[in-house]
Amino acid sequence: MKPKRALSNIYIALIMLFLYAPMLVMVVFSFNGTSSTGVLDDFSTKWYSELLKDSVTLQALSNTLILAVTSSLIAMVLGTAAAVGIHSMKKKWLKTSVLTVTNIPMVNPEIVTGVSMMLLFVFVGRLVGKSDVLGFPTLLIAHVTFSLPYVILSVLPKLRQTDRHLGEAAQDLGCPPVTAFFKVILPNISSGIISGLIMAFTLSLDDFIISYFVSGPKFQTLPIVIFSMTKKKVKPDMYALSTLIFLAVLLLLVLMNIMQARAEKKEKKAQSARL
Amino acid sequence: MKKTSLTAKLVNAPYIVWSILFILAPMIMVVYYALTDRDGNFTLSNLTSLSEYTETFGRSIWYAFLATVICLLLSYPLAYIMARSKASRQRTLMMLIMLPMWMNFLIRTYSWITILNNTGILNTLFEAIGIGRVQMINTPGAVILGMVYNFLPYMVLPIYSVMCKLDQSLIEAAQDLGCNGRAVLKTVIFPQSLPGVISGITMVFVPSVSTFYISQKLGGGKFMLVGDAIEMQFQSAYNYNLGAALSLVLMLMIVICMLIMNRFTDNSEEGAMLF
Repeated sequence: MKPKRALSNIYIALIMLFLYAPMLVMVVFSFNGTSSTGVLDDFSTKWYSELLKDSVTLQALSNTLILAVTSSLIAMVLGTAAAVGIHSMKKKWLKTSVLTVTNIPMVNPEIVTGVSMMLLFVFVGRLVGKSDVLGFPTLLIAHVTFSLPYVILSVLPKLRQTDRHLGEAAQDLGCPPVTAFFKVILPNISSGIISGLIMAFTLSLDDFIISYFVSGPKFQTLPIVIFSMTKKKVKPDMYALSTLIFLAVLLLLVLMNIMQARAEKKEKKAQSARL
Repeated sequence: MKKTSLTAKLVNAPYIVWSILFILAPMIMVVYYALTDRDGNFTLSNLTSLSEYTETFGRSIWYAFLATVICLLLSYPLAYIMARSKASRQRTLMMLIMLPMWMNFLIRTYSWITILNNTGILNTLFEAIGIGRVQMINTPGAVILGMVYNFLPYMVLPIYSVMCKLDQSLIEAAQDLGCNGRAVLKTVIFPQSLPGVISGITMVFVPSVSTFYISQKLGGGKFMLVGDAIEMQFQSAYNYNLGAALSLVLMLMIVICMLIMNRFTDNSEEGAMLF
């Protein structure tokens, strides 16, 4: 059994090396003394201070955050409402067709989604006689659209797990439908809504391909700035920023991991206590 | 009761309108632009001129196919090892595999240039140990490596999630009945993990076949893929009609591939979803 174990450890190590090699390059070169991303020089932290002065990058970073917050919140509200509506649909054909349409942005290659929305915006822009339609509104529409299926598909299973009669019971006891929804149904599906929101937020933060086609020069997100930079030469302060983001994500994931482990331990204890 | 169904219908309305406007209408736009010329007159010339792109389509499918196969071969043992390790180890590995997905893929792909370059890290290493310089950047191999690197987690996660649900007693039963390791894998483990494999294959194949950034950066623009052709029509050649025709064919191609794949498993819906 032992050599097999060692073999699987080596295998995992190799895969991790493959996955993390470029990240390592990024971190190492963010401390490079020169502006080269190919040859190492002295150790320096100047790119981190340079980052604070790089107004284009910082502007793009704040644009990205604004877009991610607004689009994920809109997607959360629209998507939750949609999931509730889809769940209560009686006609089977209607339900299937709505779900099929919902799936389109998930199955379509991103480039096709991006291009198709760009065509729509350009077409409408031509109808109303405007040539520069692409900007924050079009980005927002696109981001809400590609996030919606993820919100809907994470809320729907929670609705299915919720007892149908709970809402009815509340109404029988005199609760108006809307109050019944907020007091009875919503607490039951909140975990699905939250995970949908988180997913929508991260998808929006990281999206490049769709944004690339529906954005204009007036409002650029970080991935788009990075793209235009990689066409010429990447300044190491972008590596510095990526290193900081990497650390933030790592911290977040480790915290989540610890919390999960604690919750599991508690559950185990509770279980053994019951026995 | 009647009140509920009315509210439920209204609750759904914004989403229905949204999906018609921003999911269906863009799809119609793609068809419209593909079938018209610059002045909006009906034409088939966009579609017929696609014959020039036969090689591009062929190359895209071939590279994406190779990347998918490599991802599958790398992921399957990894997912298996992960699913059979301790809970804490599973969580850590899962975190390590998901972490790169949170980082901007443009920067990560760009970092590979530093590694693969003619004067890059790997070649410096090769020269030090006496192998000599190997041309890696700007080769088909580099493009496929970029695809494998970027989309590997999409293969690992769905396979891992079905492997976790694998019925351990079935494996033991097969072993008790005299199956050797290979037979257990073939008759028990693989058939049960098929839904995860299928969804992993689609999640790797679709972005690989439609990518444009990876081929531009790691292939040096020498190996044009469908994604590159589409991107060119929309961002530099400004021939939206030809771009729409390319997108339409790409979309249909993927739908056909997925239909063929679904033939293999009729119950692929179950447990195949990642989230």
